[in-house]
Amino acid sequence: MTPSLPRRLATTILGWAIALTFFLPIGWMVLASFKTEVDAIAAPSLFFSPTLENYVAVHERAPYVHAAANSVYLSLGGTALALLLGIPAAYRLAFFPTRHTRTLLVWMISTRMLPAAGVLVPMYLLFNWTRLLDTHAGLIGMYALMNLPILIWLLYSFFRDIPTDILDAARIDGASAREELRHILLPLALPGVASASLLSIVLCWNEAFWSLNLTTTDAAPLTTFIASFSAPEGLFWAKLSAASTLAIAPILVIGWLSQRHLVRGLTFGAVK
Amino acid sequence: MTPRTRLGVLPGDWRLLSPAVGALALWMVLPLAMTLWFSFQRYNLLTPQLRGFAGAANYATLVSDPALWASIANTVVLVGSVLVISIIAGLLVAAIFDEPFSGRRMARLFVVAPFFVMPTVGALIWKNLLMHPVNGLFAAAARGLGMPAVDWFTDWPMASIVLIVAWQWTPFAFLIFLTAMQSIDPSVREAALLDGADWRDRFIHLVLPHLRRAIGIVAMVEAIFLLTVFAEILVTTGGGPGLATTNLAFFIYIKALLQYDVGIASAAGVIAILLANGIAFFFMRTVSRSIDV
Amino acid sequence: MELPRRFCLAGLLLMAFAFSAGCSPHAPSITVATVNNADMIIMQRLSPPFEAATGITINWVVLEENVLRQRVTTDIATGGGQFDVVTIGSYETPIWARQGWLQPLHDLGPEYGYDDLLPSVRQSLSLGDTLYAVPFYAESSFTYYRTDLFEQAGLTMPEAPTYTQIADFARRLHNPENGVYGICLRGKPGWGENMAYLSTLVNAFGGRWFDMGWHPQLTSPEWHAALSFYVNLLATYGPPGATSNGHNENRALFAAGNCAMWIDATAAAGHLYNPNDSRVADRIGFARAPMEVTENGTSWVWAWALAVPASSRNAEAARQFVQWATSAEYITLVGEADGWTVAPPGTRRSTYANPAYLAAAPFAPFVETAILSVDPTRPTRDPVPYVGIQYVGIPEFQGIGAQVGQVVAAALSGQQRVDEALETAQSIVERAMRDASYIP
Repeated sequence: MTPSLPRRLATTILGWAIALTFFLPIGWMVLASFKTEVDAIAAPSLFFSPTLENYVAVHERAPYVHAAANSVYLSLGGTALALLLGIPAAYRLAFFPTRHTRTLLVWMISTRMLPAAGVLVPMYLLFNWTRLLDTHAGLIGMYALMNLPILIWLLYSFFRDIPTDILDAARIDGASAREELRHILLPLALPGVASASLLSIVLCWNEAFWSLNLTTTDAAPLTTFIASFSAPEGLFWAKLSAASTLAIAPILVIGWLSQRHLVRGLTFGAVK
Repeated sequence: MTPRTRLGVLPGDWRLLSPAVGALALWMVLPLAMTLWFSFQRYNLLTPQLRGFAGAANYATLVSDPALWASIANTVVLVGSVLVISIIAGLLVAAIFDEPFSGRRMARLFVVAPFFVMPTVGALIWKNLLMHPVNGLFAAAARGLGMPAVDWFTDWPMASIVLIVAWQWTPFAFLIFLTAMQSIDPSVREAALLDGADWRDRFIHLVLPHLRRAIGIVAMVEAIFLLTVFAEILVTTGGGPGLATTNLAFFIYIKALLQYDVGIASAAGVIAILLANGIAFFFMRTVSRSIDV
Repeated sequence: MELPRRFCLAGLLLMAFAFSAGCSPHAPSITVATVNNADMIIMQRLSPPFEAATGITINWVVLEENVLRQRVTTDIATGGGQFDVVTIGSYETPIWARQGWLQPLHDLGPEYGYDDLLPSVRQSLSLGDTLYAVPFYAESSFTYYRTDLFEQAGLTMPEAPTYTQIADFARRLHNPENGVYGICLRGKPGWGENMAYLSTLVNAFGGRWFDMGWHPQLTSPEWHAALSFYVNLLATYGPPGATSNGHNENRALFAAGNCAMWIDATAAAGHLYNPNDSRVADRIGFARAPMEVTENGTSWVWAWALAVPASSRNAEAARQFVQWATSAEYITLVGEADGWTVAPPGTRRSTYANPAYLAAAPFAPFVETAILSVDPTRPTRDPVPYVGIQYVGIPEFQGIGAQVGQVVAAALSGQQRVDEALETAQSIVERAMRDASYIP
């Protein structure tokens, strides 16, 4: 089933044209981060003398490493906690459906539909009472609960693709739920679990409302780092571009490293 | 879980479910109860001395506010158009990337990249570096072609927002569709090819039915996030001109964080929950069936 | 399964790293919340000597203005106690002081030099006679123009122009083919964006937000004249996309050489003079903010100030910090370390008596005159029950300004006619004032 050469050439051109179109805004931003402020606000041009001054300025002003470390910590922590809660739940829902299963799934997802600004004050009060403001634990719990419904949905659909007869065989041997999960289900569904996790990490990484409102310094992640560069008086586009490039670089690298995995992982029904 | 015995927790045990359900219930019930309570209170953060029971006054104020209805309509338009655009574009791009071509892995990352960009950053790039009618890249391109530059956020405010949000979410749809496509049994494809089915036939009769569940999941996950789109609006149009780009999330933002009216914001939050549940009900009837719940 | 395991290991390492970065032992420490304006960033950079001298550690929270305002308000109103020093403006200070959220700052000691503070700024940060926030820098508004373009066209900018003259200049200088627009003005909706400017324009045309009985006046002939003028001027001689241009966007346009005139905050002057940030650094002239039927309230006054919340747990250290950061010595420190052009303007008489500052900042006398000439207690031609020029000093104004700002942007974009827009705006303000029990 190898396509003919002209056809492959046409697909290559089309595919790359699409890829570059999608990437254009990001590429343009990276380019702007190497311009001087005066060049960045002038009419667009590809010809300029590149400078690193924006990166130096950004580095002097804001604790990038601290914020990036917090982002990693919060995204991984939130995702790990969500997985811990979500895997058993998805397993139970997928393999032992009852007539309430669908209602439960839809109810779970509907917990995600509340606009954050509407519950800010109640949440702030709760976090204040429980002394969780500006703590890693508070935000990790928040992220875990926010991503739990989506994680359960994705895991549920991956689990559904696993043929039940494999599990039945194990169950006759008297395996416990934990053994069944650990030794049979997870290895089979691991790619799916990995890709759902990556999705959840990306969502935590980019979450900008609660991270801004519930942290001050100790637990502040990259979204607050960006908020200290966006729209300062004077709008320094080149510095903002440099800060943004720094903020998305780690997650792009993670995405690149895991993307083969991700694509294989999101394969619905791969194990049929 | 406490599997100390040989059997431990049995595979069908409800306790497997309870931590997740319990946590979610707590997470939902506590803020929801507080929101409901506040929605019947007269409570502005800036004038706490005027606090007291308000009855249904907050709801009455909201329902008689023309901005509420405009923002609900805008929410529906925004969610609907981005869903349609990102699913169709995602399908088409995935179909192309399903074919082998040179440098596909790198190109694939380029397509996915917008999903990894923070919404605020993405919107700032579009507004200042691309769509700016004087110094933006698009304006320069238009001038180069001898056309007048488009004044995006004045003349096409909602379309501009839809464009930016669709740019962020199409990659997500693309990724999930591509994976699903690659899991189509190769022997089925061969058979279709042997039958002489052309590209379009195969797409409609083989690929699309296979993608039913993937489309359902994409639609649902996207809907959740699109209902609460906010950062993109704040940094580009500020909800305007007029009410052209004020969606429900932005409307609540104005009430909660500019007016600091906790009572009104809570009441609007309750209305948003009702709307969300309406949509959830819709999903229950349509999408969840297609993903075979 | 090799990849995921490596993945987890890397994750754990990063987590451990993040955790260790997150907990270092603290001596007496204060959390300072401030906006990301250039002057505050200088303060952040110059603070280590203060920390060394006092043994106080400072945790900085630097955020964009709107985010900071919502963040700090939520915390203070709910008693969160996360901040020891907050950066607030002239609008919030009296409102917050009335709620008892701020500690008075009138007793920082005789060496603080209270009499050195400019009176209109000091007054705008007081409730009654008590000072509740100390000014970090203050600004007014005036007219920027391009001296080279005026010269080419054979025009002269008067020292105190009228809006009629401004419109005439804009018509003659408008040259979009060469990327020069007659005038740039704020159009982005927001109470601190388009409404700040528009309020001064309305004042110049003799209008006001409320009469003495708190009845909104948005359908008055004065508002109609002012809004029609604004829409005509900006739609005809302004840059495209004016509805998304706020202070920052216009500053970038002016710095790139796209505007012949710009009426906005005096605080931008120092940066437009800096050739690293601006292409027109050597071609800028200044004039007063334009007037029309009256002079009252045609230029605004705004102070960014430091305050200590009542909920602060380290009030003594916080007071030490605000005293240092707003002192005359601090201004000298900035002048000597970073150059006098960027010294915090508008707060102290001694700054404007300093020959080094006057030599480096040719705009300084304009700024001083503008700030001294402003009387926020008499902001309009006709009497009003409120203080504030570019805002109305009541808690409800943020919400009102945000919504009216959207309607004004709709009129500017041509979506609504001016009279329709004003009717809509009037009904919005009436609703808000009724809900807040100002009017029956």
